[in-house]
Amino acid sequence: MSTDTRMKPVDAVIIGFGWTGSIMAKELTDAGLSVVVLERGPARDTSPDFAYPRIADELKHAIRGDLWHPLATETFTVRHKTGDTAVPYRQYGSFVLGTGTGGAGAHWNGQQWRASPNDLRIRSLYEERYGRKFIPAEMTIQDYGISFAELEPHFDHFEKVAGVAGTAGNLRGRIMAGGNPFEGARSSEYPNHPLPPILSSQLFADAARELGYRPFPVPAANSTAAYTNPYGVRMGPCNLCGYCEGFGCFLYSKASPQTTILPVLKGRANLDVRHNAHVTRILLDGSRKRATGVRYVDAAGRQVDQPASIVVVAAFQLNSVRLLLLSGIGTPYDPRTGKGTVGKNYAYQMVSTTSAFFGEDVAMNPFVGAGAAGQQAIDEFNADHFDHAGAGFVGGAIIFAGAMGGRPIAQMPLPPDAPKWGSGWKSAVRRHYAHSSSVATMGSVMAYRDRYLDLDPTYRDAYGQPLLRITFDWHPNEYRMTAFASARAGAIVRAMRPERVTQHILQPGDSYDVRYYQSSHTTGGAIIGTNPASSVLNRYSQCWDVPNVFVLGASSFPQNIGYNPTGLAAALAYFAAAKIRSDYLKSPGPLVAA
Amino acid sequence: MNDSPDPSIRPAGQPSTSDAPGGRRGFLRGTATVALSSVLLPSRSAAPGGGHRPGQAAHETYSPVYFTPAEWAFVQAAVDRLIPDDGNGPGGVDAGVPVFLDRQMELPYGHGAYWYMQGPFHPDSPATLGYQMRLTPRELYRAGIAAADRACMAKHGKAFAQLDAATRDAMLALLEQGKTPEDGGVAAAFFALLLKNTREGYFADPMYGGNRGMAAWKMIGFPGARADFTDWIDQQGKPYPYGPVAIEGSAGGKA
Repeated sequence: MSTDTRMKPVDAVIIGFGWTGSIMAKELTDAGLSVVVLERGPARDTSPDFAYPRIADELKHAIRGDLWHPLATETFTVRHKTGDTAVPYRQYGSFVLGTGTGGAGAHWNGQQWRASPNDLRIRSLYEERYGRKFIPAEMTIQDYGISFAELEPHFDHFEKVAGVAGTAGNLRGRIMAGGNPFEGARSSEYPNHPLPPILSSQLFADAARELGYRPFPVPAANSTAAYTNPYGVRMGPCNLCGYCEGFGCFLYSKASPQTTILPVLKGRANLDVRHNAHVTRILLDGSRKRATGVRYVDAAGRQVDQPASIVVVAAFQLNSVRLLLLSGIGTPYDPRTGKGTVGKNYAYQMVSTTSAFFGEDVAMNPFVGAGAAGQQAIDEFNADHFDHAGAGFVGGAIIFAGAMGGRPIAQMPLPPDAPKWGSGWKSAVRRHYAHSSSVATMGSVMAYRDRYLDLDPTYRDAYGQPLLRITFDWHPNEYRMTAFASARAGAIVRAMRPERVTQHILQPGDSYDVRYYQSSHTTGGAIIGTNPASSVLNRYSQCWDVPNVFVLGASSFPQNIGYNPTGLAAALAYFAAAKIRSDYLKSPGPLVAA
Repeated sequence: MNDSPDPSIRPAGQPSTSDAPGGRRGFLRGTATVALSSVLLPSRSAAPGGGHRPGQAAHETYSPVYFTPAEWAFVQAAVDRLIPDDGNGPGGVDAGVPVFLDRQMELPYGHGAYWYMQGPFHPDSPATLGYQMRLTPRELYRAGIAAADRACMAKHGKAFAQLDAATRDAMLALLEQGKTPEDGGVAAAFFALLLKNTREGYFADPMYGGNRGMAAWKMIGFPGARADFTDWIDQQGKPYPYGPVAIEGSAGGKA
């Protein structure tokens, strides 16, 4: 394939300008490298792209998804099991993807969690505590080979960059009142105090406390005061406007790359950001052990080669895996033999909802909300914070409450037996909208031998390349997890003493359903590990097979966790960047002996 | 790809699209112009069916751009049953939902620009894998309305819009359940999209043509694009005192 243009070589090329790409752009330009960022979407900044009042448009953003990646040009195919015909994910449903400056970090909800220490060594931990037989044979969960203590400074730094509002629960080993007592020891407080809980989350917190749990504010990447981050970038206070997920923040309070990192990168002579640049492959030399750069299609449709000494893949999780497969990096995973690594351990999350109706005298004001601020959670039933011996499953869920905006097209809280249309529907809408709230569980999903990603044999993108194929369905472990967590969520909601409680919980036999939004927290496919036979990346997010390629983002999670993934993805990016700066630049090559 | 058409020729609030395949952009720009000017034209077709008060609602002066007169009659008669005018608040027709639907058909959304539309198509895939038909929204409306009217003619000897309210309800229920004969799944898919879009039009910002006067927002107490609750962050449980505002700046007052 001939190319139209060959650009001047640079030290590093970064694919994607979301959270991890922005972090790496900052770190590598700080180190003096010449860096090119290639972002497939448009340039976007708070002003004018997220300006009020046009941003407060539910139809345009949260329904049509004008800030999301357009599926018309490139999507995924999905099937439930091997042997089935995968069909395209033609319309948005179960998860959404970002594009453009900031990626999904521009329109996320801002729930900013760290991983639990035991999430990082899940296989070892369960084997030690419950015995080897506790883990089903087909469950391919793995340790990261990185300790929480090693990542902690990077979690801490990212929280300060993002202006996270929260209450410490474990400060240098001391359990603190009002915070999450199950979190790993943190080196410092959150940089911002949380907003007071909104009514729906206050009722939840009171009920949880009554039942003996320890509720705490959901860590929110929404600055709650005028705040200046370590890079000198200023954020403003969140006003609970109700437009987080699907929207850019017009107030400069929700953390995104453009509100926290990118202002200090503007004008850097050693940084060249190219938008509308769709990378089609990573170029390898004859040995296939070294990347020489990347090839992309620019806005004018020209094929361009960008030579670089380091390639950082920082696209959305699914797209990063696809790019490795399209480029022939590493060995594609084969579910029959269990051999090969690229595409292995794809996982998702399993959510449930418990809804409460409080009667028409209770003003719940669901539109006063945010993706994270003002919300409350409990962490008793997540990770390995409770004894799993009798529970019969691996993993768990956070349980959290609070309004994210009460936007009436997508966030209309009707009980399942309400009519879907007609006067009965209108009556239900009028009765329930302002007087309901919900409590969600967001559960981990383990990795399995038969859940993976590969290239689709049939469907292609607008550039003629194969789409990525997702083979995924739930396993018994996850049905048990969600039943367990949802029972406890239901008990808390009943203790909130509403007039009526309804629950939506996936039942054994329910297949993965792409039609309904669940979470955008897809993970795996290019996982971190300790052994090149079972992972794509070493602990520094460096490809075992092609050591000048680094892959960031949730594609590196060996299994999914019961938290939102951004905090862990960001910490892993800072961890990798620190090692690149301290060691790799002096001596390029494998950072871990295979 | 910040390539949305010149705002001066866009209907208010037209979603920009950054995914238009080659050649579509200019085409969409042209249709957008048509859509804008059409709302200024006098009615070219009466709006039969629906049973609402003559001359009251602005939809009767709106001339549909995409829908044919027969389709327009269907759309009004269906929206009138999906969101009827009852004691709970505004009906979908008076709220302008049919206008919203017609405008959506002419926007990139109606043309399928938001959806991956490459074949092969496997409409018999498990429902859990999502929409798998080859029809764009505007094509699905056209095919779905035709299938619905055929079913009504076969069963009742009349088009849908000519049926009384109770019979229309019964026919909509059959469409919803995919129980009309020989429609190849079109009816159920069409009904699902119609219902989804009808709710969108009812609750979206009024600049899209529905939710006229923010009446649907007032009915439920949603403050619309107000998007500032600084004074309400610590006012737990107190009824919110202000009525809605629209993106273009109009204030709705309390319901």
